[in-house]
Amino acid sequence: MSILVYIEQSEGAIKKSSLEALSFAKAFSEKIGGGEVVAVALGDIADDELTKTGTAGASKVLHVKDSRLTSGIIQAHAEAVAQVFNKIGAKTLVLAKSSLGDAVAARLSIKLNAGLVSNVVELPDTSSGFKVKRSIYTGKAFAQTEMTSENKILAVKKNAVPLKTDGATAAVETLELNLDDHNFSTKIISTDKATGEILLPEADIVVSGGRGMKGPENWNLIEDLAKELGAATGCSKPVSDIGWRPHHEHVGQTGVKVAPSLYLAVGISGAIQHLAGVNSSKCIVVINKDPEAPFFKAADYGIVGDAFEVLPKLTSAIKAIK
Amino acid sequence: MKILVCITHVPDTTSKIQFTENNTQFDKNGVQFIIGPYDDYALARAVELKEQLGASLTVMNVGESDSDPTLRKALAIGADDAIRVNAFPKDSLFVANQIAHIAKSNGYELILMGRESIDFNGGMVHGMVGELLGMPSISPVMKLEVEGDTVKMSREIEGGKEYVEAKLPLIAGCQEPIAEWKIPNMRGIMSARTKPFSVVEPVVEEGNSRVISYELPPAKAGVKLVDKDNVEELVRLLKNEAKVL
Ligand SMILES: Cc1cc2nc3c(=O)[nH]c(=O)nc-3n(C[C@H](O)[C@H](O)[C@H](O)COP(=O)(O)OP(=O)(O)OC[C@H]3O[C@@H](n4cnc5c(N)ncnc54)[C@H](O)[C@@H]3O)c2cc1C
Repeated sequence: MSILVYIEQSEGAIKKSSLEALSFAKAFSEKIGGGEVVAVALGDIADDELTKTGTAGASKVLHVKDSRLTSGIIQAHAEAVAQVFNKIGAKTLVLAKSSLGDAVAARLSIKLNAGLVSNVVELPDTSSGFKVKRSIYTGKAFAQTEMTSENKILAVKKNAVPLKTDGATAAVETLELNLDDHNFSTKIISTDKATGEILLPEADIVVSGGRGMKGPENWNLIEDLAKELGAATGCSKPVSDIGWRPHHEHVGQTGVKVAPSLYLAVGISGAIQHLAGVNSSKCIVVINKDPEAPFFKAADYGIVGDAFEVLPKLTSAIKAIK
Repeated sequence: MKILVCITHVPDTTSKIQFTENNTQFDKNGVQFIIGPYDDYALARAVELKEQLGASLTVMNVGESDSDPTLRKALAIGADDAIRVNAFPKDSLFVANQIAHIAKSNGYELILMGRESIDFNGGMVHGMVGELLGMPSISPVMKLEVEGDTVKMSREIEGGKEYVEAKLPLIAGCQEPIAEWKIPNMRGIMSARTKPFSVVEPVVEEGNSRVISYELPPAKAGVKLVDKDNVEELVRLLKNEAKVL
């Protein structure tokens, strides 16, 4: 039986989070001893980009070429994926947890009469029934959840499985669907997006600054370090509230939840609401001038010191090992 | 216009998360419950819209009687009436069906809620309700203006935002900076006591998932401090010990 994976694109390139979802589906199919991993891609996207899904585990990509699907219209994407799911007789849909993925998955769960579990952190346990481990309480706990429906949707959290890069190329097949206009009643007027930047939710290294950075004019220190590390930049909530940084960089309970290998927090006190957004990071480094800052309790490594002194030195030290 | 805001009744963000009964129940001991922070944003925006458009504003929750103070607080913040569907919210599908039922019976044109709850973080209920009612569902929404029957929104995407327009009726999952959280004033608290508050029984619906057990993440080993004049040591540790560079 096939496992369908919903693929998202960003500016014509398949998102890394979708490649992780494919890796998850492939690892799951190997675990249960079979099942083809089929990707579904929507809208305008180049064939040679689509074949790349193979490296992450897809054997086939079904490409719905309808240009109206190039932008992420939630209802239309849900309808298209539902039609493909039914067409190939899949029972499981895997996708990456994301701004669009979450919204599409929810509608799909009704269309397909499927159970939906989000924030999945491990391959399902199918030894008896179908159990999935998911992160809850904003990373502060996990729940083993039993799914009882025949059709299932899993929205996978970053780093649930290692990214697979050694697969073959995938065959691309074009698919025509019949999508009614009413699915496109929501209009995307324009998009305002930083281009060429590493996306914060997908980044493997994140450098974040807090109120201790004193003002937006000092962010070059954060950006220089991030650039040296190939990292995305983040910030604490007050920093985006005051407008020092854009909202999409705000990390925490009410902002972006990140799960990088390395999270560097500079001049952030480590309030519980901030920690909720970073507690899935593999390694946390804290730089704070106050040795009593609560963040040190959640950190793996720390430097007690003034950010304005430490950051330039750290940036040079990283440069030196390259 | 009729606006419905759906709120969750969830542990305060500073709560220590613990479980009892052999890790099968959430430990409510010493935990304070609040309106979910994202729902609180939705509510704040709804109160602004109510004033701006002369709309009516209903707040609802699917929960047991311990949710009542949370709903009262929403009344104090500015909702006109409250509905509690008297049931344990067993999963997203169950909750979505209850909301869809109430929404259909009462004909709300704008349904707002948080982008996700902060207990199970599913972020699915708005989409499910949207599909159940055949309405657009937009999330996560950072800005929302109503102009006639058109709703203009900005929606967060990875690395930025997109500007979206849709017609009423619709559902939005909200997040900041859609509005600033509102703190109830004394007059609000007083008037909340006499505002209509109904408790209704759920429509029969099975969920399709069930939590078997909970667990906590393993404790951190403790921080290793490096001298501020020896950042090279930190780089060495990150490279050779943590292996993250
Ligand atoms: C419901 C709710 C939701 C919330 N959601 C979030 C969220 O999603 N994300 C979030 O971040 N917050 C959130 N908060 C806010 C949170 O409680 C904290 O207020 C916030 O995280 C503090 O930000 P900060 O650490 O940047 O600032 P502060 O707490 O002011 O800390 C600044 C830190 O910088 C240090 N510092 C100062 N100068 C220097 C220097 N020169 N060098 C080095 N260090 C220096 C200080 O020692 C201090 O530790 C939420 C709060 C609530 C109530």
